[in-house]
Amino acid sequence: MCGIAGLIHRGKSSDVGNELQLMLQALKHRGPDSTGYALYADNDGENFIMRFKVGENVGEGSTSVNEDDSVYDKRKELVDQMLKSLGAKVLKEEKLTPYSYRYEMQYDEDLMDFSKKIESIESVEILSIGKSLELIKDLGDAQEVLDRYDLGKVRGTHAIGHARMATESGVDIKSAHPFWGYPFSDVSVVHNGQLTNYWNNRRMLENKGMRFMSECDSELIAVYIAEKMRNGASLEEGMKDSLSGLDGVFTYFVATKDSLGMAKDTMAAKPLVLYESDDLVAMGSEEIAIRSILPQEIDTYDPFDGEVKVWQI
Amino acid sequence: MANLKTTEKKTKAQSMGLHTEVLTGKTQQKFFNPDEAENFYYWGTYDVDFNKRIDLDVNDLDCKEANKKIDELMSQGYGTIVIKNPQGKHSLGVGVLNKLNLIFEGSLGYFGVGSIDGPTVRINGRVGWSCAENMMAGKVVIEKNAGSCFGAAVRGGDLICKGSVGARTGIDQKGGTIIVGGDAGAFTGFMMQRGRIIILGNVGINLGDSMYDGTIYVGGKIGSFGSDAIESPMTKSDIDWIKRKLKVAEIGENFDISKMTKVVAGKKLWNYDALEPTEKKGAI
Repeated sequence: MCGIAGLIHRGKSSDVGNELQLMLQALKHRGPDSTGYALYADNDGENFIMRFKVGENVGEGSTSVNEDDSVYDKRKELVDQMLKSLGAKVLKEEKLTPYSYRYEMQYDEDLMDFSKKIESIESVEILSIGKSLELIKDLGDAQEVLDRYDLGKVRGTHAIGHARMATESGVDIKSAHPFWGYPFSDVSVVHNGQLTNYWNNRRMLENKGMRFMSECDSELIAVYIAEKMRNGASLEEGMKDSLSGLDGVFTYFVATKDSLGMAKDTMAAKPLVLYESDDLVAMGSEEIAIRSILPQEIDTYDPFDGEVKVWQI
Repeated sequence: MANLKTTEKKTKAQSMGLHTEVLTGKTQQKFFNPDEAENFYYWGTYDVDFNKRIDLDVNDLDCKEANKKIDELMSQGYGTIVIKNPQGKHSLGVGVLNKLNLIFEGSLGYFGVGSIDGPTVRINGRVGWSCAENMMAGKVVIEKNAGSCFGAAVRGGDLICKGSVGARTGIDQKGGTIIVGGDAGAFTGFMMQRGRIIILGNVGINLGDSMYDGTIYVGGKIGSFGSDAIESPMTKSDIDWIKRKLKVAEIGENFDISKMTKVVAGKKLWNYDALEPTEKKGAI
């Protein structure tokens, strides 16, 4: 089933970490397996933030193979060596869990080539690269993930998130949302629904050099839009194109450094409730997600079938 | 178990000649007995006084607790119940089988006021998916917008949304009237079997797709007609009926009803071909 939520403050920053946690916690019944946050934080905008994992969370409920922490450390050393050989300068590194890291770094070359080389190391996956994007996903509900990664202190302009009920792929971090819009910095996607032409599109995109890290159908949306943007389309154009290019039922959000967009399939088979005002747009799979941050009486509505909307900060 | 074959005790219904058969199998049959008071008990119905009014704040209650509380209040004779702080909770006000004034001061989540039979409901907010699903009788008025599957499988009563509604409004509708003041999404009247839908605004694609029967009236633009949905001429009876319904719904006061489009079933889908493809080939 899955639950998705997003919000964008226009013209100001806010406590987006805690706000998104409240929205996703309200949607926990739609997806108890994993929770993901894509927070667009008030970073200095000078350096890249790379979040990556060197293994899986093998805790309760996980479908991943158990590994020793020492394996993670060895992989991390390989990542450091690769970064050095690529000419990336690491300014700050944080070990968040035994299997996940946050690096602040300087790098000026092509991100696609960079990502391919980093991910050539066994079991290493880049969760996100961006100057504002902080992408965190792990097993557990919104509160658990917030606490584990100390996201309560994150301030920013916008955010999207996902509460996942695993259906056609495993209970693991690699299949959890949001997905990074590889190889674009600061692009992330969350999705609720099923895509039925996943393999056809995946084969086509892989032939064009795009990469897939999981077998989760939702990842296709991130890669599909990233490929369109790579060929010069705007975010909105890429999203509109997806309405005919992607087959199935879906409601999804895409966020970039300065915008947030939503798209709904032409059958309107998946729910979305939207609140729009001059300074805030909030949306979620259910009204209770919006009510968790806006308890006062407000006007909300369901976007219609085949609708695409994009808001700027 | 009593030996039903040999029992001599007859029910009143049998003595009246309504049942003459004697059971010989294992099936137990319970005959209606008008002397038993329990046969006149209709679960969930109470004698209520509409002038007896109470506020119920459901902010700290889950839907089960809130619905139980509504039932308790009805059992105490309250005929007007005002629900405060519904906060988009799901399944509030479901299964009310009573005459009752039920007022929600706020918005509801999914499956609000489903399976109701008789109450007059006013929602001063928005409703989520499947509002008033399987409603049997009564009147529901929503002041703002509604989500998808609005009035799914309704069987009777008036369901009114003053704002816009999502996709599949009136899906599988079996009776009653759905009135929408704004626009409606795709697949409005999908597989409807009876009843009427009035949309004053525009509707999306596939209007009336696979409808068996019933009538849809549209005031604005139609995205596209669904399979087997066709246009039919508006009659004076249609206009008079819509005028009366809109008055009851308190919307569309100056709306030009004569310009509405009437959509009905082409009834071509009624003749299903029972032949297998191989048999069809032989028949041709």
